[in-house]
Amino acid sequence: MDLSIGTLIGQAGTFLVFIWVTMKFVWPPLVQAMEERRQKIAEGLAQSDEAEKVLAHAQAEAEGIIKEARVKAGDIIEQASQRGNQMIEQAREEAMAEQARRVEAAEGEIRQATNQAREALRERVAELAVTGASRVIEKEIDAAKHRDILDKLAQEL
Amino acid sequence: MAGGAPTPTEYVKHHITNLSVGDGLWTFHLDTLVVSFVLGVFFLSFFVLAARRATAGVPGKLQNFVEMLVDFVDTSVKDSFHGPREFVAPLALTIFAWVFLWNIMDLIPVDYLPLFSFKVLGLDYTRVVPSADINAPFGLSITVLLIIIFYAIKGKGVGGYGKELLHHPFGSSPFLWPANLLLNIVELIAKPVSLALRLFGNLYAAELIFVLIALLPWWVQFLPGGIWAIFHILVIPLQAFIFMTLTIVYISLAYEDH
Repeated sequence: MDLSIGTLIGQAGTFLVFIWVTMKFVWPPLVQAMEERRQKIAEGLAQSDEAEKVLAHAQAEAEGIIKEARVKAGDIIEQASQRGNQMIEQAREEAMAEQARRVEAAEGEIRQATNQAREALRERVAELAVTGASRVIEKEIDAAKHRDILDKLAQEL
Repeated sequence: MAGGAPTPTEYVKHHITNLSVGDGLWTFHLDTLVVSFVLGVFFLSFFVLAARRATAGVPGKLQNFVEMLVDFVDTSVKDSFHGPREFVAPLALTIFAWVFLWNIMDLIPVDYLPLFSFKVLGLDYTRVVPSADINAPFGLSITVLLIIIFYAIKGKGVGGYGKELLHHPFGSSPFLWPANLLLNIVELIAKPVSLALRLFGNLYAAELIFVLIALLPWWVQFLPGGIWAIFHILVIPLQAFIFMTLTIVYISLAYEDH
């Protein structure tokens, strides 16, 4: 262990210069870069938080819209089915009315035809009755004279 | 190494002799000065390069490494010193990096560099571990002492610091001033001495043990050498860290009122 003032002072001087270099050229840029990065990271984290919030908000909104749409769709389906039922009901009623109308018409025709036939038959019966009676009494009956009797007879048929 | 097969005593003595220029107290240990200067330039250029390229974006590997160191030192300083750190933190980083590199020179096999400087440069003596030369740690710790005094005055003012020197620890009575002053001076001097001797003692002893191991037959050296080197890997950063931390603590004590 030999003390040497020269070495000691040399070391001390070198040391001071090194401290100065570190203080001037090494420390500030590095610390500044680290601080900037820390801020950047903090900002990034804050932004991601913000984005998460926005996303959650948007999701809630979307869910609301979907719910609304679902309700609307349900309404529409309900309406459509009602409308369908109505249409079916209407069609049925119309069909039934038509049927009734046709049945009535057919019945009218039938009635008319029956009446005509009855009329014809009646006349024919009157003729027959006249013919028959004349044959029985061997004498011509004046058809015109006895028309009311014949008509009464025919009426009874 | 100076011709012929040296006796063990000669060998050890040779290994603990510095390459000197000059006489008496004004001797310059060229090996210590040059090696520590080269090491300092090495870590500084390393750091300056990293600082030049420093970006707030994604850091490269070099920047990452240096930032890790900076962060580590900054945290250490923050923990014990609560004043402004523009000077103290770079000071701490310089101490840590420089002392660490001094100490790590101890891991280079003891004969390599002396042999190199003898054969290639023609130098008779070379000691490559600056911290094992008492002058290097003392150079550091005396500078630290001056910084401590500077910070004491900066923190308390000339009057305040003078008052503290005279009034503490016994009391403010004028009869106690000499005793107070004496005690404070002893305390003040004890700081750099303990700083320097702790580092020097550790590294000097370690170097000596490596030299002694080198005296063993070559085929057995790896075993004690390896064990001692592994143990020493712990000592190297530890001593650098202790030197740095105690410096911060001393500055903090001087700067702040107790």
